[in-house]
Amino acid sequence: MTDATKAGRERPLSPFVSVWRWHITMAASIAHRVTGVALYVAALIAAAWAISLASGPDAYAAFKAVMASPIGLVVMFGLTVSFFYHLANGVRHLVWDTGRGFDIKTANASAVLVIAFALAASIAIWVIAAMTGAI
Amino acid sequence: MSSYRTPLSRARGLGSAKHGVGDWISERVGAIALVPLTLWAVFAVLRLAAGDYGFAVAWITQPLNAVLMALTLVVSFWHMQAGLRVVIEDYVETGVGKTALLVLNLFVCGLAGALAVFSILKVALSGA
Repeated sequence: MTDATKAGRERPLSPFVSVWRWHITMAASIAHRVTGVALYVAALIAAAWAISLASGPDAYAAFKAVMASPIGLVVMFGLTVSFFYHLANGVRHLVWDTGRGFDIKTANASAVLVIAFALAASIAIWVIAAMTGAI
Repeated sequence: MSSYRTPLSRARGLGSAKHGVGDWISERVGAIALVPLTLWAVFAVLRLAAGDYGFAVAWITQPLNAVLMALTLVVSFWHMQAGLRVVIEDYVETGVGKTALLVLNLFVCGLAGALAVFSILKVALSGA
């Protein structure tokens, strides 16, 4: 009681980003949300593709021109990384949902694996895109 | 009268105990479906990006392509709606603004998804 009545005593803060040392599982968790929100844009682009296709050759050509512009390509590369990251980390979450892979060593290793996969798969897809005339 | 109800009867009849498990399972089933669907979609995008309008029309008139593309979009918009809903619920303070954002999220996903599916069906069925 004496502690509680002491004026101006600082209450304990719940942990927040600024008081935590960054570690990989935390970064992986935040990245899952960030890439998920980014993929909202990807789905809207996919819807725009379908709508432009249904609107005729001119609308479709305009859509393709926007996507092939420098900004369009940068956005598409970012969305490629987001997609492969969210896919791999989503599978990581599905494994967790079965109750497996929760110990710290495994969780750290799977986070590294997911990040490495996202980068490798993105580069591979863009190499394939360049070779097949997609970009 | 409410004092005659036991805590168990309240838990059974109200709140998250009613449909939380169903929501949880449908989120996972949607996520599992998206693994093969979106991997297929990546290769579809590669082919479509290399082709012109005529190629895209011919491509989408094939039943398998039209159906897989429509399914990918429907399940994706469903998954997105559920995902962004959790983000809004976590970060936005309870109130009218939060409710408005949740409804907006649902409407954007529903509208974009419906427009995309209708567009695919239109081209797939009419050939242009």
